Amino acid sequence: MSDNVVDLPIPATAKPQAVPAEAVGTKASRVKRRLTSRWATFGALIIAVIWTIPTFGLLLSSFRPEELIRTTGWWTIFENPGLTLANYQDVLLSSSSSSPQLGSYFVNSLAISIPATLFPLVLAAMAAYAFAWIKFKWSGALFVFIFALQIVPMQMALIPLLQIFTSVLQPIQEQVHNVLPIIPEQTYVQVWIAHTLFALPLVIFLLHNFISEIPGEVIEAAKVDGASHSQVFFRIVLPLAVPAIASIAIFQFIWVWNDLLVALVFSGGTADVAPLTQRLAELSGNRGQDWQRLTAGAFVSLVVPLIVFFSLQRYFVRGLLAGATKG
Amino acid sequence: MTTTDLIGKILQVVLALAGFAAVLGLILFLVDKAPKKGRDVVQLLAFLLPAVALVGLGLVYPAIRTTFTAFADKAGNFIGLDNFVWMFTQPEALVTLRNTVIWVILVPLVSTVVGLAYAVFIDKSRGERIFKVIVFMPVAISLVGAGIIWKFVYEYRPAEVDQIGLLNQILVWLGQEPVLWLQSEPINTIMLIIVMIWVQTGFAMVILSASIKGVSVEQLEAAELDGTNAWQRFRNVTLPGIRGGMVVVVTTITIATLKVFDIVRTMTAGNFNTSVVANEMYTQAFRAVQPGRGAALAVILFLMVLPIVVYNIRVMRQQKEIR
Repeated sequence: MSDNVVDLPIPATAKPQAVPAEAVGTKASRVKRRLTSRWATFGALIIAVIWTIPTFGLLLSSFRPEELIRTTGWWTIFENPGLTLANYQDVLLSSSSSSPQLGSYFVNSLAISIPATLFPLVLAAMAAYAFAWIKFKWSGALFVFIFALQIVPMQMALIPLLQIFTSVLQPIQEQVHNVLPIIPEQTYVQVWIAHTLFALPLVIFLLHNFISEIPGEVIEAAKVDGASHSQVFFRIVLPLAVPAIASIAIFQFIWVWNDLLVALVFSGGTADVAPLTQRLAELSGNRGQDWQRLTAGAFVSLVVPLIVFFSLQRYFVRGLLAGATKG
Repeated sequence: MTTTDLIGKILQVVLALAGFAAVLGLILFLVDKAPKKGRDVVQLLAFLLPAVALVGLGLVYPAIRTTFTAFADKAGNFIGLDNFVWMFTQPEALVTLRNTVIWVILVPLVSTVVGLAYAVFIDKSRGERIFKVIVFMPVAISLVGAGIIWKFVYEYRPAEVDQIGLLNQILVWLGQEPVLWLQSEPINTIMLIIVMIWVQTGFAMVILSASIKGVSVEQLEAAELDGTNAWQRFRNVTLPGIRGGMVVVVTTITIATLKVFDIVRTMTAGNFNTSVVANEMYTQAFRAVQPGRGAALAVILFLMVLPIVVYNIRVMRQQKEIR
């Protein structure tokens, strides 16, 4: 399904031109087809323009000086020229207290997303391997149960999970802070664990689909040679599962990077932990008029998903389709 | 951010990753050295237990707790269905439910129709790939980012001064008064819905475009020879051919819409009667300190999502079997 996304464009005019010497009767239908396709192109262009303009306006505005953003629309750029990088400098690097100081939130987003992608993938790969290649009682039932957990929206778990974290993890975090003062009391641990939990059922299911399709002879042969489960897992299963793992990892990474709800509930909202999305949502609420900051800030948060999107489109779509029902 | 902060953050990540790798590596290494007798069980537990224990403690148990909380008051006393009664009688809660219904009707419908039209328009056209990327791009970005992008489009300035939001500028060009889009009911809910449509259309388009390419060329040509026009061919050949893709698109977008939270939170925070169930759940549980009501809203969300997810998974699996 996804392979079609990056297919090569086929020139629309190629077909009619390929049969130029046809009878006069078909000429009319050919013209007609051209006409409808002209309308189709027109319709497509309109949709494409409507879909692009909002993002384009924000991007352009993020490079305009503050007074111009506040007083004139970006479409008057030619009457009110002026481009600057000052907004980006302000949101990312400025240490003044009025600046959103996104630099540290950008680090947080990365520091949350990378482990929150790796943890569930590794744990799920192990579980998927056990479900596929270790025989045990209730294997089928347990697998179906975990698969069925996809239907539970994470809202169902948030309140008790926060209580558990506060009573169990909070003291540990304080201990760590006392021993290693460089690590703040608020750490990423809660957000990592929450994202890992919510990802596991789906990732186990998807990886199981893939890992169970590895030919049984390969694994049997390794076992005959005396390989243990750990060896089979690391030497055979993981290398073979790399394509599947890559797609799911990209989906999970983008999902975590773009998440707001988990961050709001578990990050505590300080610059120690909170990701970009949370900071931006906050700015949009408290300082909704600071457009020079909101525009630049929004693009700081969009740039990572967009890089992933444009450079890894094929995997991105595959992962998206697989994970479409997540949440 | 000071350098110390940065070092602390990097240290956390490195320690966590190293610790995680070390623990798992050690477990898997020790398992191989386990005494022959119970080795099978030990190995099974080593592979399975981390994930299963996490899911059990962090997902199953909390979900059960939430279900109980939904029938309790602030202090945790059992109060029967009061939280649900609140939801279906109080005006502000009813507005939330009404808004959710509007969202769930409009977003899947419009996204699918526009996505399908666009997919048909650009099918086999010149520059199809670029056309696709343009509409698909919003799928990659966060709903918070999308919310800010559109908030800027809706930005309001009094009529005397220049507009900086495009939508109001268009109104002014047409000789109308600018509108406070996000504050004026009931139009504000529609304005939020437009953002979600903007995001989801790309998803619909990509899947439907792939389905359209799967429609048999022979059938289309046969229909063309029979003298049908483009619309008839679309109606009678293409549309039945992409039914499976349509179902996946509609159900998936419906699920995403039911859970929509970020857009409302970023753009209005649920004020001006724009709240939806997922947003109200957060507000009640974590801002208003009404865990019972929050839990009840979570349960409602679960009950609304449940049948659609089940159906969606079934269709997706059938499609996989066909492929």
